[in-house]
Amino acid sequence: MIKFLVNGLLRDRQRSLFPILIVVIGVWITVFFHAYLKGVFGDLVDSTARFSTGHLKVMSRAYAENEDQKPNDLALLGVDQIMTDLQQQYPKMTWVKRIQFGGLLDIPDESGETRSQGPVAGMGVDLLSHGSSEIATLNIEKALVSGRVPQNPGEILIGDNLARKLKVQLGATATLLTSTMYGSMTMYNFTVVGTIRFGVLAMDRGAMIADITDIQQVLDMQDAAGEVLGFLENGIYNDEKAAAIAERFNAGYQGKEDEFAPVMGTLKELSNISEYLAMGEKFSGILVFLFVFVMSIVLWNAGLLGGLRRYVEVGIRLAIGEHKGHVYRSLIYESVFIGLAGSVFGTLLGLASTYWLQTQGLDISSLMKNINMMFPAVLRAEITPETYYIGFFPGLFSTVLGTSLSGIGIYKRQTAQLFKELEV
Amino acid sequence: MKKIIFILIICSAVVANAQTPTGEEILKKLDANMTSDSKIVHSKMIIHGRRGSRTIESKSWILGAEKSFSEYLAPAREEGTKMLKLGDQLWMYSPSTDRTIKISGHMLRQSLMGSDLSYEDMMEDPVLSNIYTAEIIGEENVIDRPCWLLELKATQKSVAYFSRKLWIDKERFLPLKEELFAKSAKLLKKVEIKEVVRMNHRWVAKRVSFKDELKKGKGTEFVIVSIEYDKKIPYFMFSKAVLRK
Repeated sequence: MIKFLVNGLLRDRQRSLFPILIVVIGVWITVFFHAYLKGVFGDLVDSTARFSTGHLKVMSRAYAENEDQKPNDLALLGVDQIMTDLQQQYPKMTWVKRIQFGGLLDIPDESGETRSQGPVAGMGVDLLSHGSSEIATLNIEKALVSGRVPQNPGEILIGDNLARKLKVQLGATATLLTSTMYGSMTMYNFTVVGTIRFGVLAMDRGAMIADITDIQQVLDMQDAAGEVLGFLENGIYNDEKAAAIAERFNAGYQGKEDEFAPVMGTLKELSNISEYLAMGEKFSGILVFLFVFVMSIVLWNAGLLGGLRRYVEVGIRLAIGEHKGHVYRSLIYESVFIGLAGSVFGTLLGLASTYWLQTQGLDISSLMKNINMMFPAVLRAEITPETYYIGFFPGLFSTVLGTSLSGIGIYKRQTAQLFKELEV
Repeated sequence: MKKIIFILIICSAVVANAQTPTGEEILKKLDANMTSDSKIVHSKMIIHGRRGSRTIESKSWILGAEKSFSEYLAPAREEGTKMLKLGDQLWMYSPSTDRTIKISGHMLRQSLMGSDLSYEDMMEDPVLSNIYTAEIIGEENVIDRPCWLLELKATQKSVAYFSRKLWIDKERFLPLKEELFAKSAKLLKKVEIKEVVRMNHRWVAKRVSFKDELKKGKGTEFVIVSIEYDKKIPYFMFSKAVLRK
């Protein structure tokens, strides 16, 4: 029976080609866009966690209120004790302290006068401690364009574009002009040992990375830091787990009036990306629904057209005694094969194009000059286990649904009218 | 008789009018009182931040309205930091880096040593009549002294404050209170004189409180430890070379 139906489909291409093409295109689009959304939103979450919020972030209450301004005058004090306590309570997690700061980077000429100057958005991270995870977390080695990672105090990395703009050579002195935790203007001489490009515009715009001990000294922030970031085990964000840790931590400071008491927030709460993630999920759902809906209508129509073309064939089959239910089921079986073939080819094409976007990426940096989110400058799709089946079942279902609707006409045929209809 | 009464009324009105100076005249008298050819000021700035207070001590050599040189004396972290203002340019020297850097652009709007004053405040022409027009809008008592209430409007676009309200002591021509506004009429800063003393034949605001209304915190107190007027200041004090000495 199966062989008979498959042979029928292969020999009568008009019966199979158009529906298969429709299913292939639909499945292809579904697979590609689903993987694209997964990739973009996944990168967004990953960049936000690595560069901005961690999976959990501890700040002072006053700092958290104005977090966008990175107000180091409201930074956490006694940060080493806070980190020790957190590490003891959650030994499987990684806790790091960071200081974000703004300022001017001034490059002197031979006589010590300003040769060039540019604004920097810097970050003090633990680069020099033995076993520090920050170089890996921030992908610093991968982001290096030239030079090396700082190995000694007083060494910094700056954004590759900034280095070009300031015409600074590796090994040159750069003076950071910034404000201390207490608001005084301060200067500090650093040595530029490398240039970086993270591929995240909010980070690359005037980037400067220095060891946190240097930055604590420059900003007069001994045992202070703007933020303490926590990363869950295996580096995978789990909102439920993160929310439980934050709730437990914050409960310890409830009822205290101190505006400088620490407060913990999760990536979802702090990053403003929860709406984007929810939107991404909705888009995926809408995409699959639209696919099934549109495909069903198109295939219903294709079935109706096929029904007209096969009007005589169905009539003869009924006239020679085949049951209407049998004819209807045989059409459904045919649609299963069409759906299977279309879904397989569509998924393969979808996977191929997704793989291309995953490896090549789409550079949109020129469109994102003023975006401050941790949005990746290169959009990439991501193949996940879901990618393999996200288009498959809707492809199959829509074909069967379309045929089921169009095939209902079989039951309306009157045996008494058949000979007249067939003009026998 | 009627004629005599009419003439007396007219005369008294003219006399009364002659006794009330105009806003411009008050402003010029204020400028004359506040500025001098040169002065050497030893001062302390007590900054009351959200996390506590700290005191910064400095000595400034000021020549007219155009030139000033300041050296920070305390605390230890700020000691040796120097600033030089020449006209509309400002340089800062940091002994730890041995670098002299020109402060310009948005950096001028930053807080001066974490206080409620900005570098822009420091750069502004101290002769107010050069950059503002003045109008008397009332009379009020401030710290039990009768004052003219003046409203100043900027005549130049580049000024830090578009308008000001000044309460000027009618007798001493010293501003006892000041409110500084943006073009949108938003109050930016409040200045209040807490203590006035007689020094070198002048009335001097010895203790002044500044409050940046856009910042949380309890304001900055500026205290004059000593002031010397019209002292001869060597010309080299106002050259960039002195910063690294």
